[in-house]
Amino acid sequence: MTAGESAPQQSDFIHIEGVTKSFGSFKAVDNVTLSISKGELFALLGGSGCGKTTLLRMLAGFETPTAGRIFIDGQDMAGVPAYERPVNMMFQSYALFPHMTVAKNVGYGLKHEDMTQVQREDRVREMLNLVQLSHLADRKPHQLSGGQRQRVALARSLAKLPKLLLLDEPLGALDKKLREHTQFEIANIQYKLGITFVVVTHDQEEAMTLASRIAVMDKGVIRQIGSPSDIYEHPNSRFVADFIGSANMVEAEVTKADGAGTEVLSPSLGHPILVASSGYTKGDKVTLAFRPEKVSISRKKPAAAKNVLKGTVQDFGYFGKDSLYRIKLPTGHVLSVNAVNAERAAAEQAVATWEDEVYLTIAPAAAMLFGAET
Amino acid sequence: MKQRSTFLFSVMAFGLAFLYVPILSMMFFSFNRSRLATVWGGFSTQWYGKLFSNSQVIDAALLSLRIALLSATLATILGTMAGLALARFRRFRGRALLSGLVTAPLIMPEVITGISSLLLFIMMAEWLGWPGQRGFTTITIAHITFSMTYVTVIVQSRLTAMDLSIEEAAMDLGSRPWQVLRDVTLPIISPAILSGWLLAFTISLDDVVITSFTTGPGYTTLPMLIWSKVKLGVTPDINALATVIVVVVAIGVAISAVILTRADKRRERDIQMAIAANK
Repeated sequence: MTAGESAPQQSDFIHIEGVTKSFGSFKAVDNVTLSISKGELFALLGGSGCGKTTLLRMLAGFETPTAGRIFIDGQDMAGVPAYERPVNMMFQSYALFPHMTVAKNVGYGLKHEDMTQVQREDRVREMLNLVQLSHLADRKPHQLSGGQRQRVALARSLAKLPKLLLLDEPLGALDKKLREHTQFEIANIQYKLGITFVVVTHDQEEAMTLASRIAVMDKGVIRQIGSPSDIYEHPNSRFVADFIGSANMVEAEVTKADGAGTEVLSPSLGHPILVASSGYTKGDKVTLAFRPEKVSISRKKPAAAKNVLKGTVQDFGYFGKDSLYRIKLPTGHVLSVNAVNAERAAAEQAVATWEDEVYLTIAPAAAMLFGAET
Repeated sequence: MKQRSTFLFSVMAFGLAFLYVPILSMMFFSFNRSRLATVWGGFSTQWYGKLFSNSQVIDAALLSLRIALLSATLATILGTMAGLALARFRRFRGRALLSGLVTAPLIMPEVITGISSLLLFIMMAEWLGWPGQRGFTTITIAHITFSMTYVTVIVQSRLTAMDLSIEEAAMDLGSRPWQVLRDVTLPIISPAILSGWLLAFTISLDDVVITSFTTGPGYTTLPMLIWSKVKLGVTPDINALATVIVVVVAIGVAISAVILTRADKRRERDIQMAIAANK
């Protein structure tokens, strides 16, 4: 397992130490310890009710931890109210002030800063330029589209140049095309200003494209922290492998473990599979997982004899750039396989079609093993 | 179709007649020359002249207005505070009790409220020496106690519908709680506060029962004056007085309706503009 903490400890900008938040008997956040470095774009990723928003609200100061401590830039945040924290937040509902113009919304936080009127106006103009809304400065929020409101909310939360910006599902209310565009915009702005961003999202694609590091949360606990590729290629548990992307998973038992790797046999596959992982001994009960795009599919029998499975195409979907196959093995188990359509061909002439006999090859390095889930 | 619309039309006509014939007949008879309120004796505006030269009526009207203005304003301040407490502080000791106590006067018979207020004032005068004389102060206090309930209910329901994160956003941007209240919460709920004030004002203006219990010698409000005059028989000057009240109220309603429609239209136009701009 190569995944895990990689940030250097001395530059910890945010340090969350053993933080727990209980609502009655329910633990929304359970003993979370986490460090985020300065200038990072960090994502908290998880399904609804996993505690990610509660953790974010504790950073903002809207919730008080039941136990544990939070440090921002070396300062203990215990007892520091939301209005005194060097933190700003962009709300999921945007929470724009409906009775103020766009410029007043963006400039609201600057009232409390030690600035001259001219400096304030300059900052508002600068922020509106940043999000390309200068032409709408005198509009009220109800006169804006969803995407424009989102950008006003972003400009408002950035106007005070906080040390830390919290974004709660920043793209949740936007349609797909606008999301893709805004994702890159947010990443660009973060890069330009160098402010530390913490993004909460339930959308793994959003987390992957935005963040430099991701924490996967489940039931109040952090399951894995790592770069997007760490988490995708080296998930540390069955849960993470399943939550991020998709994976074929079968129960298996280790039949051989030596220098060459670990060989496992799964009743669902019927053939022994060699996996380039170590740390298991003969007889261990494990879960074998491999991602659909990491399996190669061919109609001809491949030269290599190891890790080859034979099956028939039960179903397939053509998506243009790739196709998704459902391959039925002789054991009755069905695997998902993703193949890039590199050649130009009609869909039915692609790699394989219904009822074709095909060979699947799983590279030993592509397969993953997980021990029993705790 | 034709038949149905005739039916609908007659239903509407009946409904309107039910509502407005009494008022219109009263207005009609206010221009009656005859002293008898219900026997037509020719057109005259003499009762209006008598009305405006009747200092008793003018004094009563001014007293009613002063009480209504003061009690509505104080009731709005107190009611808004109670509404904020009930809507924003989710968990505090006695919340359910306060909520119940605040809204109880809504369903309490006015006679009960009147008697209890009177008893309270008598006891207070005995033990504290205040209020020595019942009159303007005691009527105003009694009006505040029951009209603030309406303000509380209106403000509370508006606050419940308001997105909490708007207040959190203001706090997040560095505003202390009182600044959040001043900059964000109050401006957003101001229409609710205004309509609460208007309601409290009208309730105070036309109250007879509670006022009768809490008034003292020399303090007669307009509704009390009308009530006492009617006991001696309906005279055309009562008709004239009522007509004046109806006209004043109608003008007030018309003005507020015009303001509201204009605001609505402006809003609609803004939304249209926004949609056009985003295409």
